Amino acid sequence: MKLIFEKSQAGRRASALPRYEHLPGPSELPEDLRRAEPPRLPEVPEFELVRHFTELSTRNFGVDTGFYPLGSCTMKYNPRINERLAALPGFARLHPLQEEDGAQGALELMWRLQEILAEVTGLDAVSLQPAAGSQGELTGLLLVRAYFAARGEGDQRRKVVIPDTAHGTNPASVTMAGYELTPVRTDARGNIDVEDLRGKVDEHTAALMLTNPSTVGLFDENIDEIQRIFHGAGALMYYDGANLNAVCGISRPGDMGFDIVHINLHKTFSQPHGGGGPGGGPIAVREILEPFLPVPAVVRREGGDFGLDYDRPQTIGKVRGFTGPFGVFVRSYAYIRMWGPRLREMSEVAVLNANYVLARLKDAYDLPFDRLCMHEFVVSARSLKKQHGCTALDVAKRLMDYGFHPPTIYFPLIVPEALMVEPTETEAKETLDAFCDAMLAIAREAADEPELLKEAPHHRPVQRLDEVRAAKQPVVRYGFEEHPQAEAEPAPTATKAPTGV
Amino acid sequence: MTHPFLALTESDREEMLGTIGVGSVEDLFRDLPEAVRLGRELELEPALSEQEVFAHVAALAGRNADASTELSFLGAGMYDHYVPAVVDTILQRGELLTAYTPYQPEMSQGVLQAIFEYQTAVCELTGMDVSNASGYDGTSVAADACYVAKHATGRDKVVVTEATNPQVRQVVKTFAAGFGLEVVEVPHRNGVTDPDELEQVAADAAAVIFQQPNFFGCLEPAPDICAAAAEAGALPVAHVDLLSLGVLEAPGRYGAALAIGEGQAAGNFPSFGGPHYGFLAARQEFIRRMPGRIVGETVDTAGERGYVLTLQTREQHIRREKATSNITTNQTLLALGGLVYLTWLGPQGLRELGETCLSLAAYAKKRLEERAGLGPAFAEQTTFKEFAVRVGRNAREVVAAAREQGVHPGYALGRDYEGMDDVLLVAVTERRTPEEIDRLVDVLAEVGG
Amino acid sequence: MAAAESYPDDLKYHEEHDWARVEGDEAVLGITWFAADALGELVHFEPPEVGSTVTKDQSYGEIESVKAVSDVIAPLSGEVLEVNEQVVGAPETVNEDPYGNGWLLRIRVADPGETDALLDVGAYRELLASQ
Repeated sequence: MKLIFEKSQAGRRASALPRYEHLPGPSELPEDLRRAEPPRLPEVPEFELVRHFTELSTRNFGVDTGFYPLGSCTMKYNPRINERLAALPGFARLHPLQEEDGAQGALELMWRLQEILAEVTGLDAVSLQPAAGSQGELTGLLLVRAYFAARGEGDQRRKVVIPDTAHGTNPASVTMAGYELTPVRTDARGNIDVEDLRGKVDEHTAALMLTNPSTVGLFDENIDEIQRIFHGAGALMYYDGANLNAVCGISRPGDMGFDIVHINLHKTFSQPHGGGGPGGGPIAVREILEPFLPVPAVVRREGGDFGLDYDRPQTIGKVRGFTGPFGVFVRSYAYIRMWGPRLREMSEVAVLNANYVLARLKDAYDLPFDRLCMHEFVVSARSLKKQHGCTALDVAKRLMDYGFHPPTIYFPLIVPEALMVEPTETEAKETLDAFCDAMLAIAREAADEPELLKEAPHHRPVQRLDEVRAAKQPVVRYGFEEHPQAEAEPAPTATKAPTGV
Repeated sequence: MTHPFLALTESDREEMLGTIGVGSVEDLFRDLPEAVRLGRELELEPALSEQEVFAHVAALAGRNADASTELSFLGAGMYDHYVPAVVDTILQRGELLTAYTPYQPEMSQGVLQAIFEYQTAVCELTGMDVSNASGYDGTSVAADACYVAKHATGRDKVVVTEATNPQVRQVVKTFAAGFGLEVVEVPHRNGVTDPDELEQVAADAAAVIFQQPNFFGCLEPAPDICAAAAEAGALPVAHVDLLSLGVLEAPGRYGAALAIGEGQAAGNFPSFGGPHYGFLAARQEFIRRMPGRIVGETVDTAGERGYVLTLQTREQHIRREKATSNITTNQTLLALGGLVYLTWLGPQGLRELGETCLSLAAYAKKRLEERAGLGPAFAEQTTFKEFAVRVGRNAREVVAAAREQGVHPGYALGRDYEGMDDVLLVAVTERRTPEEIDRLVDVLAEVGG
Repeated sequence: MAAAESYPDDLKYHEEHDWARVEGDEAVLGITWFAADALGELVHFEPPEVGSTVTKDQSYGEIESVKAVSDVIAPLSGEVLEVNEQVVGAPETVNEDPYGNGWLLRIRVADPGETDALLDVGAYRELLASQ
């Protein structure tokens, strides 16, 4: 398919802007500041633009298209009412620097969302500011820093403990916050190895970063002991909320002993993933950390009005512009209001769906941990690789031929040839069965006709792509110089729409 | 009673529990220790139907004074440019809206190609060699740039001009603590930055961040600032307005090492501050230090051109604690909105947009002086679509009084800058008409000091 | 074309899957077939500068494939005399010929005694078997 730049023809354009002929023209810009060469943006008429991006969308697969079981991503249905609400002019055209009395609706929505998240997490204070989970993590670690600095323990506590199952953002955030990483092992039951942990937590430890359930989809059975170890050493507990979908209304991170939590609004609370964002990464904290939260705080004043409070002398500062990704709050707020306390059922069905798929697959694939899972599980293609030379990658590519988006592969790192599956609660049993049937068929194909896997996918707009070449000779923008103006377009090839379920 | 977002029926549940081999859903949670169970219902208001949620949330929307109900000249980093309908159309395509990060490229050629086109557009506008797929917003990309510069130069200080957006500066300071970076500011002199003064301050700095046009809407001596930074051995980082780059020179052509900024003005609604997208582009030599996703071109096994995430070893999922950033989810959909918008504008449209903003802003500045007796705060400076004007008394009071007449005249700078309590930052985009500007002038003539 | 698995007899090995060929007071360093195979086709090698010092058991550079990045550990300490530019330009040379054209560095050995701590091919093969 051509790039938009390859469809460009000099003299075409989609926009028409208002012109004010009677206004005096602007004075000349200083020559050294003036643009010399115009940018080579595409020149296309509006309908060509629409066709181009429509065609692009048909070459993509979303939750709307079909089953998308990426582990720890919670690819659930994104309710369309949320889109209609976020687009209301009272939100979409509201400037963030509007006076407080002109933004009461927006401020109230944020305040209410904060109250809801405090209840769901079992903690005391919330900031909606961080732009996504990673930024929430970094913000949380900066809070940890500020907390210990205020107690005079900043230099002493330089270490953050992270399990070997952790998502890569955790160690990356640790470095960006100026901490050192202390790794801890996972035991055979999929829990943190408490004996390994004991030796690693002391007065030099600032915090633990943990997801619970973990990235292997298992609830840590020793969470109580773990929190005693950390709090006993004067350290804090940070909860990565990526897997919150498993426990809403059932167990709250605050009650598990965590002091800081980040929530992924684009996972648990239905903000559409957008091809890679936007997200939202609000944080909830125990009272002792509230003074350090980013400014401004969204508050409810005595008279019942809502406002922004900048008077927080111990704040860590600001992690993002304004008060955060407000359009995301509209969607998540509306979503949560459509569940209310029934959020519990959301999590129960997420866990039920995952266990059902696990039960159907566990004999055909290797099972690293023989336990009931929570909202996601990990199986391994290790035997398939050993016996038939088919890897997790091959399984993933073959799944595409069956019309499914593959699960996460090669993560968590502690499981070789890992396949991490999170169905979410918004899938029907027939979908789950079709996915399981496909996975079982693929396991049989690995034995009988392994080329079907190795040469997959066969029915996508492209076949397997050469990632080595892309890394060795990075071409990261269109080469205008290498592609002189195209001649008349050849007849377009028919594009196959992706086959979903 | 089932829920609209669940498909599960009673008979489904029975069958599934049977296959799993447990008696009830409760049994699935048996690994959860009693001590950590909530044991009660969440204290949340009962579930609303779609129409009830609509009524409730729409009522909240109705209690905001947005640009459709109040004539607004607010800018200060977020702008009311016209967003064409095609942006909504494309961003509502479910295959794009509801997809995630394109780790499986064969399933995601739509998103990958779109990001490649976006990267191309940003490089074209900024005159740079490589762009990432987006950062969170215009403030966090400044922090990203500091992280790049720290590792590229090995230095532990960054310089930011005072004339850079106050929120950008605040976010840089917040993250600098963790990066181990000292942040030093260069004061503005009559609304712009003095390159000689900057060169002094930038000795042993990793980066110098400046904004063009700056927060006051004034044009900085950008080539001289870049030269001064380079003299001091620091990376020049230009924080720019994409929509100015049809009339203003590309940072890559006047010596910047990185070009960053807030993308909102190009294709996103203000939406009370987000979500939007930050952009970050750099010269080729920094490609391996870039934070965030980068899409590259390649071929498939049949020789067909295709797109993949590339240089992933920079990123958190591979390099972990040594990653160039912890960023994962970024702002792809909003950046796609930017691409659609820039495609709609085209190069002619971008230039016209710049010229129209210049004309309208010049008209506003002139009329404010002639008719309302309110002069610019920085009279000698050339400005783009925004300018600072002295309003004769406390600017916040002027804002309140003007709003009573249905006009929001701009941002009161006294919140962020000493000695500017009587200064208002007025933004004039192509969405304002000469008649609306006349109305602003009339109102300010009345309520100004 | 990746090479077949092999571990030459005349090399000394480090448990982080690096090898050294000692030649008088100099040594040539590289990574073993096992490391190259685990990484997959290499796409990038970030070498140290000629004239700089490498220290035994510490990283002197990084090698990358599409899916992983790895520190390269120095089996011996010394001064960098030469970097293999062929590998810098075509990193896949390491996969094709890990012990020949795929060498990474030539150093002047600082302390010949350090070779005693290295494994011979038999001990290295045992290490691999136990992984």
